Amino acid sequence: MIIQSMKMAIKAIASNKLRSFLTMLGIIIGVVSLVVLVSLVNGATGSINDSIDSLGSNSLTVNITSGQDKPLKLSELDSLIENEIFDEIAPTSKTSVTASTSYAEENVSVTGTTTAYMNIEKLEVASGRFIMNPDVDNHSDVVVISEDLAVDVCGRSNVVGETMKLDGKNYLIIGVLESSNSLTSNSDNSDYQAYIPYTSLIRLSDGISLDISSFEVSVNGDDLDKAETILENVLLNRFDNDEDAYSIFNRSQIAEAMSSVNNTLSLLLGGIAGISLLVGGIGIMNIMLVSATERTREIGIRKAIGATRGSVLMQFLIEALMLSLFGCGIGIGISELVIVIVNIVGNVSYTMSISIVGISVGFSVFVGLVFGLYPANKAATMKPIEALRFN
Amino acid sequence: MIRFENVSKIYQVGDETVKALDDVSLSIEKGEFVSIIGPSGSGKSTLMNIIGCLDVADMGQYFLDGAPIENYSEKELAHIRNKKIGFIFQSFNLIGTMDAAENVELPMIYQRVPAKERKRRVEEALKMVGLYERRHHKPNQLSGGQQQRVAIARAMAGEPSILLADEPTGNLDSNTGKQIMALFRELHEQGHTIVLITHDPEVAAQADRSIAIHDGKIRKEVAA
Repeated sequence: MIIQSMKMAIKAIASNKLRSFLTMLGIIIGVVSLVVLVSLVNGATGSINDSIDSLGSNSLTVNITSGQDKPLKLSELDSLIENEIFDEIAPTSKTSVTASTSYAEENVSVTGTTTAYMNIEKLEVASGRFIMNPDVDNHSDVVVISEDLAVDVCGRSNVVGETMKLDGKNYLIIGVLESSNSLTSNSDNSDYQAYIPYTSLIRLSDGISLDISSFEVSVNGDDLDKAETILENVLLNRFDNDEDAYSIFNRSQIAEAMSSVNNTLSLLLGGIAGISLLVGGIGIMNIMLVSATERTREIGIRKAIGATRGSVLMQFLIEALMLSLFGCGIGIGISELVIVIVNIVGNVSYTMSISIVGISVGFSVFVGLVFGLYPANKAATMKPIEALRFN
Repeated sequence: MIRFENVSKIYQVGDETVKALDDVSLSIEKGEFVSIIGPSGSGKSTLMNIIGCLDVADMGQYFLDGAPIENYSEKELAHIRNKKIGFIFQSFNLIGTMDAAENVELPMIYQRVPAKERKRRVEEALKMVGLYERRHHKPNQLSGGQQQRVAIARAMAGEPSILLADEPTGNLDSNTGKQIMALFRELHEQGHTIVLITHDPEVAAQADRSIAIHDGKIRKEVAA
């Protein structure tokens, strides 16, 4: 019976192609906007999340905001991470300098730090090595630079052993980092990164002293919140219960905030697209009502020769369902096309979100059923004598 | 086969009650060819609707194949129409979007006859009315007489107990009408039960027996 109803539905849909297409158009537009918008938001979310992850989401950043009367020294950093939840600790201090060689010069963001920074930030060395403990102890003038800085200022990437001037002062290049697609690499100039021993940076810049102003701590395992609490206690103790002396910055919180923003965005856009699907559904109901009236006589004939209320209901319901599902199918096809075009034009690689395809199919079925039910029921409950009299 | 016992049907038109059928009793046996004749407004359409299980009586009882119809639900009535009644209408009532073969097939689909068997019976029924070669024509590609023959084939294909024809020649010219009546006589000779409703005495006279109805009452029965 269902197969027969489907055949009849296909026949009815095919017998008035233009009208069927226009009816489906509402669903098509709804599905395309739903699938494309949500896929794009998901794609963007994915790349932002990757960036946040590459920042090292299992680390805590601490800024010492005051507490000058009891400044934090480089030597006491290790005592802060005695709890086994902490892995490594590295001081950080940033300044901006001009990096130059005879080839070119560029503004560079210089981070003064220690050996542990490489692991905390998950940096990868392409050639040479990262800063080592002796470099820090000896206040060595050595620098590790990002690959693009090497290429743009030195002219090529394999520059280990050469020198580079930072604000006019000679530094030996001991390592070149692998380029990562971190968040910072998306904004052009701050892209140029150079790392020198913390002790060396103090000499380079007047504004930086031996008193630690910020540091990063890497955490064993995933429980950043627990680590934050422990670190908080350690620091409270260190700064005599002065809560304002420091601030702890938990990267998983940005990731969470970011994903919550993206979820909200998905929901918002999905909601708007959902409304257009709903409008498409009303279009289906409208046409099915017209169709039921137009085919009153047909319904009368069918009932006279033995169609039950159920079979007429089924026929109209399946027709509405097929209209919305065909529309959905076409919509998904067009969505795929749009995403491919966006990828080519925008030079990105978004993929269609399978879950949203599932949701849009489900929603189309729902819309087809709900908006098909009323016209189908109207057709099914017609009295055969009256329907036969209808002209 | 068909037995009416004091059947009445009352319509409410405004404040007035109209007795479309007034205490009608009749019976039609298996294999009979009976015509029901009456002018318009005589109640013959109401009678046909009740015989055809499209409507139910308000009073009295209607037995079809020995079973009272009044107690059946709408769904059961649909099944009875499907299995026991073959309708032939004045205006043919073929479905315009379907071709001749599909129209003939339709009652068997509702009977859930398997596809292979349906195909065989469609062929048989269309050959009987001489339209098998036009099986893929839509109703609007067929003449009135041809459409009525397709309608007869459709009624036959469901293998009903009764063929119920409502003014089957009403929309046809007299020549075509004669052909259709010849077809009915042929079907009757094959043993089918036929109830034919008409206002035309000439058509009615071709049946074995004629029941005249007027103002909702049976006036007389004439054996041909």
